Amino acid sequence: MSTYAQKKGFGATVWDYLTTVDHKKIAILYLIAGGLFFLIGGLEAVFIRIQLAVPNNDFVSAGAFNEIITMHGTTMIFLAAMPLLFAFMNAVMPLQIGARDVAFPFVNALGFWLFFFGGIFLNLSWFLGGAPDAGWTSYASLAIHSKGHGVDFYVLGLQISGFGTLMGGINFLVTIINMRAPGMTYMRMPLFTWSTFVASAMILFAFPPLTVGLTLMMFDRLFGANFFEVAMGGNTIIWEHLFWVFGHPEVYILILPAFGIFSEIFSTFSRKRLFGYSSMVFATVLIGFLGFMVWAHHMFTTGLGPVANAIFAVATMAIGVPTGIKIFNWLFTMWGGSVKFTTPMYYAFGFIPSFVCGGVTGVMVATAAADYQYHDTYFVVAHFHYVIVGGVVLALLAGTHYWWPKMFGTMLNETLGKITFWLFFIGFHLTFFIQHFLGLWGMPRRVFTFLPGQGFDAANMVSSVGAAFMSAGVILLLLNIVVTQVKNVKVGNDPWEDGRTLEWAIPSPPPFYNFKQLPLVRGLDALWLEKMEGKKGMTPAEPLGDIHMPNASFIPFMISLGLFIAAFGAMYHVNDKPWAIPVLILGLAVTFGSMLVRSLKDDHGFHIHKEELQDEKGAEA
Amino acid sequence: MKRLANWRLVSLFAMLALALSGCSGKPFVSALRPAGEVADIQYDLMKLSTYIMVGVIIIVMVIFIIVFFRFRRKDDRIPKQVEGSHTLEIIWTVIPILLLLILAVPTVSATFKLADVKEMDKKDSDALVIKVRSHLYWWDFEYEKQKIVTSQDLVVPTDEKVYFDLKSLDVKHSFWIPAVGGKLDTNTDNINKFWLVFDDKKANEAGNLFYGKCAELCGPSHALMDFKVKAISRDQFDAWVSNMKAVKEPEKAQTDVAAQGQEIFNKSCIGCHAVTPDVKPEAARVAPNLTNFGERARVAGILEHNKEELKNWIKNPETYKPGNEMTGKYPDMTDEQLDALAEYLMGLKVQD
Repeated sequence: MSTYAQKKGFGATVWDYLTTVDHKKIAILYLIAGGLFFLIGGLEAVFIRIQLAVPNNDFVSAGAFNEIITMHGTTMIFLAAMPLLFAFMNAVMPLQIGARDVAFPFVNALGFWLFFFGGIFLNLSWFLGGAPDAGWTSYASLAIHSKGHGVDFYVLGLQISGFGTLMGGINFLVTIINMRAPGMTYMRMPLFTWSTFVASAMILFAFPPLTVGLTLMMFDRLFGANFFEVAMGGNTIIWEHLFWVFGHPEVYILILPAFGIFSEIFSTFSRKRLFGYSSMVFATVLIGFLGFMVWAHHMFTTGLGPVANAIFAVATMAIGVPTGIKIFNWLFTMWGGSVKFTTPMYYAFGFIPSFVCGGVTGVMVATAAADYQYHDTYFVVAHFHYVIVGGVVLALLAGTHYWWPKMFGTMLNETLGKITFWLFFIGFHLTFFIQHFLGLWGMPRRVFTFLPGQGFDAANMVSSVGAAFMSAGVILLLLNIVVTQVKNVKVGNDPWEDGRTLEWAIPSPPPFYNFKQLPLVRGLDALWLEKMEGKKGMTPAEPLGDIHMPNASFIPFMISLGLFIAAFGAMYHVNDKPWAIPVLILGLAVTFGSMLVRSLKDDHGFHIHKEELQDEKGAEA
Repeated sequence: MKRLANWRLVSLFAMLALALSGCSGKPFVSALRPAGEVADIQYDLMKLSTYIMVGVIIIVMVIFIIVFFRFRRKDDRIPKQVEGSHTLEIIWTVIPILLLLILAVPTVSATFKLADVKEMDKKDSDALVIKVRSHLYWWDFEYEKQKIVTSQDLVVPTDEKVYFDLKSLDVKHSFWIPAVGGKLDTNTDNINKFWLVFDDKKANEAGNLFYGKCAELCGPSHALMDFKVKAISRDQFDAWVSNMKAVKEPEKAQTDVAAQGQEIFNKSCIGCHAVTPDVKPEAARVAPNLTNFGERARVAGILEHNKEELKNWIKNPETYKPGNEMTGKYPDMTDEQLDALAEYLMGLKVQD
């Protein structure tokens, strides 16, 4: 397989990735695209901090600033954090359960291309008359009032990429339910797989309300409906509900896989099984469930009344309990262990105090009556960055270092990795800790500037300096990746040497069929169990036989491209452009035509024959 | 020797106090310098939750540090594979639940207390009710029972409950006076109600002028949608109200230049800006009421209150508040016209 790949030219490689349905290659696509959007979102963040470094700054205009904050939030949540998590879910989850691919490889590719085209569409707004400027929450009264096509880009772009996410979620659910290797019971699944499972179930229930909200707004803005037009009997508060019924679970969709990544890392580098595994699973499920019960805490100042506010306050506080259980379980996983401080472990260690800070301020903002002060100030900005950067982004960086060898067969430089960690970690706290105080001192969020004489000057400067450190960290990470890939020193199955789960039982990167023979799982930390009994790898659960594999397909790309084209038609139809409706029809024709081809053309895939498998070396189950 | 120790102790406390005051922001805008009952309740909740949470952080950090130093890898041993501990797990489930209950009880009670506006809905209540109407980048205040309207500078009596009735007439905004109490949104759909108290002593410390802000993203100039709150004693407030009510006709200009200005104003500005405080229908109040403009704290809520800045503002409002609704609604003015207009507007005062 590897010699075969090296012979291919650049064009063939591109075509390979455009048509691939292999979960490992799709993972790489997610990693590249998500990484790209992460850099764009990061650049937007840097612009924000430059603008706010000093009072009355005019680095960017007021209107441009609102576009930047909107795109920073939207990009980071939908186009960076989610896809990067999807990258690891795709790369690792099927390996962890001992599967040869996800349940629906074709749908997996479709999910990626929908996300990608949605993200590109959204970002093209910068070049086509202005980006969305109503905040990532896009509250209805402002979004409807917003001129130009910015908010249309938001509505259509998110709708397209949202389809992709929903498909990805369903695909992971089915994969985990149906495709576990013999012996891999639910209570033997690694925590990352569990968190993927719960996050996917949350996607299934959380994205439909967003889809509904976006559809209503699309009709309001593009086709003259009045769902959010108060004068016409519409209601804007319903948007807030729809958005947050999605938006709050979304936070947990991001953080649960992050918890999963850290659970793997703590356990691996402490050489201990996860402390309180079953309570960790229970806590994950409970957080997933409670995540749907608390959305109105984003609306404490909307005026829902004391009954609703009190109920949602107490429900929100309750989430602190399972989260606390997790923190203590991680600490006690390390307690009595043999802790090796690798780069992933640096991130995991840095995560604990950072996330605890984010968690406790979470309980503080849950205190409804006091939240009237915190709400929509920099205190909240600080809080959610402590959760999302201190939790999700640290997990993504940790996961990148931890699974890089499994995905690419090379090991990122540990020294550079540790320097990256320190730059990022110090920068992160420097940027966001002081923002708690800015909020309490009276600085609202989403302000493009602030007037001098209110006591905000010095703290904002400190915050901006922190952003420079974080940027330096990210640049160093990129450098590390380039250096590592240029050197291209290949590693074996289990490069960290402490691997416990199934992904470390097969070569790095794994062959395209993953497992020559499906492994027999005999307990939690399947590979670790075998290693402790002195075996080199897993015991196969089946005799060597033919493997059925799906064919590559260009159709997912075409289906997504069609929607991308159609979105332009829908949007410019408002300006009475004569070509708008034809473009809309053309785009839909491409999409539905591609779907028709897929339906009518039988594609049975192909078989890898037993004899070929016997020739492959090093790919034993 | 003992005196020296005392002196050290005193200076230590002085430094601590200094550090703490540095950490609590400015008295006219900081939520950490509570200046009224609502802000006090909220500040107490903040303190309670902070104490509990700092306790949690300390416990986590102690374990964290022990783990960091004691369990580093020193040799190639394989540690004992522990499944968990029921006792420990019960401890760290039950204790957080208890801590949260300690926080939840005052939270719920405060939430209900702050939402109690029964008084303003009573038929013959003599509570002061102010109707706040938010517009793209300015605030309109109607004193319902007093039957007067003012804009941008809210005037309130201290040491009594002031009730607010909030609504927005374009996009959603949020009404916030950080030092005096938390915010409440001005929705486009419905009226929100709450109350605040402005503490007399604290108001004095803050120079009787609190900063108010819009806390909900509302467009390009969201950051500049400030207003000011003049908190004065009940007597002064009553005097202010009767002075305002006394203005039945637009104030006559005092000087020739001002008279010129008034003429320009009547030609180009009065279509939107009223200079009498009488209550017109909400939808007709499309721009800030200027009855007592000469006594305001800022021009357009943000600029120094002087003729120079006023002229700059009228000349080109777009540079100061991008996206405002005033730009382009009146003809360009010569410097002479601007001088006259500024003279007239600065002379609009109701207090002698």
